[in-house]
Amino acid sequence: MKQLFGRPAGLTDILQRYCPGCGHGVVHRIIGELLVKLNIRERTIGIAPVGCSVFADEYFNCDMIQPPHGRGPAVSTGIKRSRPDCIVFSYQGDGDLAAIGTAEVVHAAARNENITIIFINNAIFGMTGGQLAPTTLPGMKSTTSVQGRDIKKQGYPIKVCELLSGLDGPYYLARTAVNAPKNIINTEKALKTAFTYQIEEKGFSMVEILSMCPTNWGMTPVQSKKWIENTMVKYYPLGEYRNRAKEEK
Amino acid sequence: MPQVKILEEVCKGCGLCCDEVCPANILILSPDRINPSGYHPAEVTDNSKCIGCGYCFKICPEPAIEIYK
Repeated sequence: MKQLFGRPAGLTDILQRYCPGCGHGVVHRIIGELLVKLNIRERTIGIAPVGCSVFADEYFNCDMIQPPHGRGPAVSTGIKRSRPDCIVFSYQGDGDLAAIGTAEVVHAAARNENITIIFINNAIFGMTGGQLAPTTLPGMKSTTSVQGRDIKKQGYPIKVCELLSGLDGPYYLARTAVNAPKNIINTEKALKTAFTYQIEEKGFSMVEILSMCPTNWGMTPVQSKKWIENTMVKYYPLGEYRNRAKEEK
Repeated sequence: MPQVKILEEVCKGCGLCCDEVCPANILILSPDRINPSGYHPAEVTDNSKCIGCGYCFKICPEPAIEIYK
């Protein structure tokens, strides 16, 4: 019997401590597969964020660093400049990248640093208990906006892909989701493109991934994957926001 | 013929693979089995109908699904 699909060698055998139905596991599996497929596992250094995936260093079978909150792009810059032969990816959530780490990611993108950012957007602060995040949708309930996000008080959400596509620096920006097999296949393609551009030394690449957080959304995993499709995708449209390889042709 | 294998001890019973994902519709959450973590794991009802598309594996967050041929 030949194995068609199974746990990739880019992941360790440790069981992941995420809630049932969490989207992190899907993205971990895709990255674990790519580390093997692109033959870069031995020379990859990953950056774990602060958030639910703070234990990502235990799950990925490559070298990992856990920097202070939001400083993933800054630490990636340091690693990449001192060790240009290494492949560097920074795995960040929306509290990490869009709240405390906004300055770091904007400037890393403006400098067109040759790094890959993987941005998990679940529209809420997951680990701290479901508070309002910069990416929370208008009208969406969280533990600090119990009546729903009021745009007069809490303002509008930050759309990170649109924000960064206003800069000249970034080489590749895309937004995908992990709620259905079709979107997961697109996520695999986008992440492969992002890592390939880094290997080819093209510059800054970021993939924003809409992901489920059933626990803090107060839904079942099946309801939450439908909520992404029906509500979240309308506010955060999927697609490529920048691909300079195509623009230069 | 492709064969699906559920790793029962890894499965967290989220049910993502059971809902409209499998084209052959052969995955359900087990109504009576409970794994050591206390979840009802996914179960294959008829392995002979599997087409080996890998959609269940792709959406599984753990991944607790393996497919053999």
